[in-house]
Amino acid sequence: MKYGIWTLALATGLAVGSSAVNAETLTAGFASEPSSVDPLYHNLGPNNALRKHMFEALVGEDENLAIVPMLAVSWSNPDPLTWEFKLREGVKFHDGGDFTSRDFLYTACRIPNVPNSPSSMAGFTKTAETITAPDSHTIRVTTAAPYPLLLSDFASFGVVSASANGHDGPVTYSKDGCEGIASYPPSEDYNSGKAAIGTGPFKFASFVPGDRITMTRNDGYWGDKPYWDEIVIRPITNSGARVAALLAGDVDIIEKPPVQDLERLKSDPAVNVVEGPSSRVIYLHFDHEGEPSPGITGTNDKNPLKDIRVRKAMSLAIDRKLIVDRIMGGQAVVARQLVPDFMRGVDPEIALEEPNAEEAKRLLAEAGYPDGFNLVLGTPNDRYINDSKIAQAVAQMFTRVGIKTEIDAMTASVFFSRRNGYEFSLYLAGWGASGAGMASPLRALVATQNKDKGLGGTNRGRYSNAALDAEIEAALATVDPAEHDAALRRASKIVVDDVAILPLHFEVTPWALRAGLTTTPRADQHTVLTTVRPAN
Amino acid sequence: MLAYLIRRLGQSFLVMAVMATIVFFGLYMVGNPIDLLINPEDDLAAQEEAIRRLGLDQPVYIQFLQFLKGVATGNLGVSFVHNTPALELILSRLPATLELAFFAMLFAVLIGIPLGMFAGLYPKSPGSRIIMGGSIIGFSTPNFWQGLMLIMLFAVFWRVLPSGGRGETTELFGVPVSFLTLDGLKHLILPALNLAIFKISLVIRLSRAGTAEVSLQDYVKYARARGLSEKRVVGVHILKNILIPVVTVLGLELGNVIAFAVVTETVFAWPGIGKLLIDSIGLLDRPVVVAYMMLTVFMFVMINFFVDMAYSMLDPRIRIKAGKA
Repeated sequence: MKYGIWTLALATGLAVGSSAVNAETLTAGFASEPSSVDPLYHNLGPNNALRKHMFEALVGEDENLAIVPMLAVSWSNPDPLTWEFKLREGVKFHDGGDFTSRDFLYTACRIPNVPNSPSSMAGFTKTAETITAPDSHTIRVTTAAPYPLLLSDFASFGVVSASANGHDGPVTYSKDGCEGIASYPPSEDYNSGKAAIGTGPFKFASFVPGDRITMTRNDGYWGDKPYWDEIVIRPITNSGARVAALLAGDVDIIEKPPVQDLERLKSDPAVNVVEGPSSRVIYLHFDHEGEPSPGITGTNDKNPLKDIRVRKAMSLAIDRKLIVDRIMGGQAVVARQLVPDFMRGVDPEIALEEPNAEEAKRLLAEAGYPDGFNLVLGTPNDRYINDSKIAQAVAQMFTRVGIKTEIDAMTASVFFSRRNGYEFSLYLAGWGASGAGMASPLRALVATQNKDKGLGGTNRGRYSNAALDAEIEAALATVDPAEHDAALRRASKIVVDDVAILPLHFEVTPWALRAGLTTTPRADQHTVLTTVRPAN
Repeated sequence: MLAYLIRRLGQSFLVMAVMATIVFFGLYMVGNPIDLLINPEDDLAAQEEAIRRLGLDQPVYIQFLQFLKGVATGNLGVSFVHNTPALELILSRLPATLELAFFAMLFAVLIGIPLGMFAGLYPKSPGSRIIMGGSIIGFSTPNFWQGLMLIMLFAVFWRVLPSGGRGETTELFGVPVSFLTLDGLKHLILPALNLAIFKISLVIRLSRAGTAEVSLQDYVKYARARGLSEKRVVGVHILKNILIPVVTVLGLELGNVIAFAVVTETVFAWPGIGKLLIDSIGLLDRPVVVAYMMLTVFMFVMINFFVDMAYSMLDPRIRIKAGKA
């Protein structure tokens, strides 16, 4: 019945065509609402996407997540432990104040002092031993050990204004807590607009929780002036209602249009669909540790996933191209490594794998499982595009080579709790790599869990490989980009050769706009309205 | 009456306490909110830090005791997601839902009663058949489908009303309301109608049955025999006597409309408490869900109380009995 409505919806949309919308205001329908306007409150997708409109980072990430100048125009490493940033001259905050190195120091000081932050930005500054400002437009950062991902970290948080936060004196940064700052404003001061003063292309106008966030053009912006006088972000969580709002002309752009409506939206002359590759890989992660493993039966309590021949067989059993064509409707790119080709650290020598069910059966027999075994595959059913359908397809492909696979699909909140409690022998999940490229999934998903080194934070398969760890640590210990990338490539090869994890594909992100508008798709899947413009 | 009120309040506190306990432990068993709140890029140390900050590292009974301690001091907890006191968050969204519920009830009464009475007075006319057929459709089709159809027709096809959102609001006694501006009113009509459809059907059925029954009563015959105008017979003698069941049901439904306007609010992106509840459940934002449930129970108890008061005004016999009890 649900699809029936959309047939009607799209037919009527076709008949009516696009209506005139005020060219000065752009209204966007977002799939989820940021939990705060405060750019330093919650390190999560919707908040970080919103932040990019009002607050800028020291360095930026372009649509392919390559590092580009932003508030800093250039940077250098006088030695491997020191970073020196030259700040852009003449940048003004929304309240007219000058942006100087003091504001960056203040931002670094405030990060650990945001009350009750559910996911803090503190990880992005913790490698900095000292942050100093030799003059008003220079920032010098030192680290205890060489740290190549500093740029990507500093691209991840927006700079706030010290004066607008109520601090007028000088700022001295200290890792153990800055001194001389009387108090830090709570996040509510950002939601009310009082402290929401950034340097970005749009200024805060109003925030009505649950209904809308309105921003106006910053006419004093240092970069290209945005096209729109005003932008309005409306959270419309229901995907059907989001499409309806677009067809009704109430919004000009929506994110995450439902996949089943995509073909029809594309054929509607009143709608323009823009797609772009993302850095989000959908993968299967093995239980490398449990013996017996919770979801495996028929093996006399042994964990067959510890045997590389079994993992190889499972990789060969999956027809990734078929999944991309049939289940994703072409909205995905086949994967073998953990980040897409346009990001750093990908080994171009590694070819995609051809599925081979016969070889898979032979490897299983060789490993001592000629009749296969029983496996439960855990998956969320509302987190990634078509997640549970992908899991079903994979389960059939495994069953075809003898591994009788059932899927256990559940809502994301339950799934992540169970996964983090190691309740799955095999699970499906996704990873959106940051601008760090290959280093991002490597250190989180497959590096050995190590709290002190900050490695393996999402390695819920408990994979551990000393050779791989050595390469990852080598990559993380050099600030030389060429050396860093070379180590990442070697690490990626180890992951592929050992079948540590099974990448399936990279999501392609769609956006739907009213005809005549276009946008630049971003690999981090953020909707940034600054890039929305007339198509010609 | 006072003793009665106190007894009712006592009952409601008991229900609220049981409800809060069930919801608290229920959500605890569903999962750990930190797994959804935290950025996966964060390393294990940062994850543990966040868990500690939100007090989620404590054993569940300690968390529950802390929650009880907060309740005793009038603090229902702070939202994990929004870092705002849960009650404050709910109350800030409440006006939008109340406005929606009020207009839905208004539609239910203004459309439902006249149509139902018409169908009761002239059961054989084609108009009555259409009304009754329509009420069956109103009953039997799912609410979200009705909402999407309303959007399709009024927003996408005819383009006379917006597809969702709350539109312009103005302050009335410090509370933001939509119905005082044209733009706000336009945004209000579709969701209110969507919420009202089921109630309209219900009221039609109740008032038709009531009218059919009351029309045959002796006093109605007598009123007619006395030569009273049809207007007075229907508008006073019949209408007043069918209102008791309608008020009872609408009273109960008002609670439903306020507490569970979830579907309508989601389909129309209406920033009320229903949408807040759904979003909070999805993120396992326990303080908000628990506070919501407690508030809902309290509201149901109060509505029932006012329904009882309304009875006694409509029917003197109930008043006498309550006085003796």
